Amino acid sequence: MTEGRSRIVRNVTCLLAVPVMVFGLYVVLHGHLTPGGGFAGGAVMATFIALFLVSFGKDIARRLDSGPFSVSESLALLAFIGLALLGIQVTFFNNFLANSGLLFGLTVPSGANPGFLGTGGVIPLMNLAVGLEVFSGLSLILIMMYRSGGGGDND
Amino acid sequence: MRREVKVMTLAALFVLLLAAAVSLRPFGGPVETGMDDHFILNGQGETGCNNMVTSVVFDYRGMDTLGEATVLFAAVTGILVVLGRERDD
Repeated sequence: MTEGRSRIVRNVTCLLAVPVMVFGLYVVLHGHLTPGGGFAGGAVMATFIALFLVSFGKDIARRLDSGPFSVSESLALLAFIGLALLGIQVTFFNNFLANSGLLFGLTVPSGANPGFLGTGGVIPLMNLAVGLEVFSGLSLILIMMYRSGGGGDND
Repeated sequence: MRREVKVMTLAALFVLLLAAAVSLRPFGGPVETGMDDHFILNGQGETGCNNMVTSVVFDYRGMDTLGEATVLFAAVTGILVVLGRERDD
């Protein structure tokens, strides 16, 4: 039961896995330096899930376990709220890690600069949480809709 | 009668929109510039973040982003409720 697209399409999908996921992770991780961020990067990574589902067909969509996506989506949203709550001694969503010298706590020089990955305080962590949530949520939507979508498999 | 009401309503709407368009503030001139100036002058130092948009979205207006993430979560939950039950085949 060979479902999905031809062998060429499937092989190209496997080749594209690494570049697409790396680009999505790059957009998420550099959200505090370049345009992009959690929402955009998560959508880029979910695009690969769409490509994967289309090229491998309904069979793999049925066999794919949606549990981990559900768990990671919920955990990412909880992490986002938890990171916001950690700064509650000043305000909700207080950036307590910025300029502190800890994780992502380097001081950024004023004015135009090339950008340093270790700056931004709590913002990169929140970008990661939102990126994971968007990736898992959109993947879950794609898997569910593809799984229960009408129409034949052999078009 | 009915037609006159329609014409009157359209005319009133036209005048209202025309007045609104004429009395628009010039582009780039807000009433209050205090918050913009604070973001532009201190945003980079306060958040340690080169991307001003991200520092506003994730730090100064974090509640907005929390709402966005919650909307996405609610959408996924709704789709799971609708589509996730026909798994026992």
